[in-house]
Amino acid sequence: MANATFRIWRGDKSGGGYKDYPIETSEGMVVLDAVHQIQASQANDLAVRWNCKAGKCGSCSAEVNGFPKLMCMTRLNTLDLTQPVTVQPMQTFPVIRDLVTDVSWNYEVKKTIQKMKTRKPDASDGTWRVNQRDVDRPQEFRKCIECFLCQNVCHVLREHQMFSEFVGPRFFVYAAALEMNPVDAADRVADLKDKHGIGLCNITKCCTHVCPEEIKITDNAIIPLKERVVDEFFDPVRKLFKMFKG
Amino acid sequence: MPSIDVPVRNGGFGQTSRRDNWWLAPLLTFIGLGAFVLYANVRVFQGDHYHFGPYLSPFYSPEIVGPSPHAWFQVAARPAWWPGFLPFSAALLVMWAPVGFRMTCYYYRGAYYKAFWADPPNCSVGEPRKSYWGERSWPLVIQNIHRYFLYFALIFIGILAHDAWKAYWFADGFHVNVGSLVMTLNPILLGGYTLGCHSFRHLIGGGMDEISKSPSRAAAYDCVTCLNKKHMVWAWCSLVWVAFSDVYLVLCSTGVWQDRRIF
Ligand code: SF4
Ligand code: SF4
Ligand code: FES
Ligand code: FES
Repeated sequence: MANATFRIWRGDKSGGGYKDYPIETSEGMVVLDAVHQIQASQANDLAVRWNCKAGKCGSCSAEVNGFPKLMCMTRLNTLDLTQPVTVQPMQTFPVIRDLVTDVSWNYEVKKTIQKMKTRKPDASDGTWRVNQRDVDRPQEFRKCIECFLCQNVCHVLREHQMFSEFVGPRFFVYAAALEMNPVDAADRVADLKDKHGIGLCNITKCCTHVCPEEIKITDNAIIPLKERVVDEFFDPVRKLFKMFKG
Repeated sequence: MPSIDVPVRNGGFGQTSRRDNWWLAPLLTFIGLGAFVLYANVRVFQGDHYHFGPYLSPFYSPEIVGPSPHAWFQVAARPAWWPGFLPFSAALLVMWAPVGFRMTCYYYRGAYYKAFWADPPNCSVGEPRKSYWGERSWPLVIQNIHRYFLYFALIFIGILAHDAWKAYWFADGFHVNVGSLVMTLNPILLGGYTLGCHSFRHLIGGGMDEISKSPSRAAAYDCVTCLNKKHMVWAWCSLVWVAFSDVYLVLCSTGVWQDRRIF
């Protein structure tokens, strides 16, 4: 007997709407299981992107009851099943069909971030000596699975659609991983300020709240990068100090 | 930078598919900060009931010029140079520093953009305005001076610690009253808040990519990071306590409460 209803957005770029699917749930189910059950039994043509079912590939991003989530990591026992559970595609990116969106803008943005430029090797064999402590910080950012949920929830993109001026939290995380890497010698600070729009982030932390990898995006990536921007562009005393130091 | 066209689907203010009480957190922030700002304004412009025995209200500390025995330069009446349109209140000379510090604090910024400006009202909830400048251009670009306010805030921890020390010395010598403890919590909470500041975290070592090369800064960075993780909690506790210690002083100096002696 059906004991839950899933209200799933069906449609494509020309438009669409919600459709209700009653299903029978069982213990341990996640939203992606429910969507698969619906796909198998009621809507064979329901489009959904997924891959690992383990929260590691970042494909199954969607909005469950209005909150950006990985469908495969959202257990049904965390949801109120007495009401229909809405599942909709990410709102920030163009929809392809049903729950599948076109996230390719993100790949284009990634190309605009300066690549790693290694500093002079420490040893004669062309290798570097790096302390584990110094890699711990960028390593947090390496956990990113590129699910783009943070991009989806960030109001600068979602509400204000500033796609040509703002790279979004995922790419501040990416830039921070490079910028804080002890072997990297490139300087991305001017780009972050002028080209990548870090000043548009108003540190409201929605990106941090939705990150399934629990990366402290705002505290550990964005704010430290904003502080580096202040160092270079908004701190006159530091500038003077630097001038005298040569 | 590449661009894409997305049909705007998120309509008006407050529109969301969220089912939870998303408005509760910004509402609590609005009430909490709003109440504090109102209370602080009343007290700062009042210029009265701000000291009691060895205690000095944190709103009025340091009292640079004023009538109380705590003042650095004691004056009996309003000095001639004091602008006519302003009530004479020693707090007006010093309040800009803690106010500026909190106004430009990364935590408060995020919180009041949501609660007072609905930008956004909460995550994945529609906003009332379509235009947006963020902190990139005037006026909010000014938030970048936060670290300068931090320098003053660090001095203030010392000043409030000194006030706390004085709160144990009564006319009849060293004693511990309830008020002494109230005053002591102030620099402790303020210290936890200020030393966990994001700018401080950056300046103490976050700006270095190879912090392991200077162990003392690495240790300091770890301490600051530890406080920084709970920056929001420190921010609220210290704010509430500043207000409470002032309330305590008002109630004691008007005789409503007795400042009990512990020993
Ligand atoms: S903290 Fe900044 S990047 Fe993150 S969601 Fe908010 S505005 Fe976007
Ligand atoms: S930072 Fe977190 S939310 Fe953003 S893309 Fe990476 S894993 Fe997803
Ligand atoms: S299917 Fe891979 S993250 Fe959900
Ligand atoms: S960031 Fe909150 S006090 Fe500096």
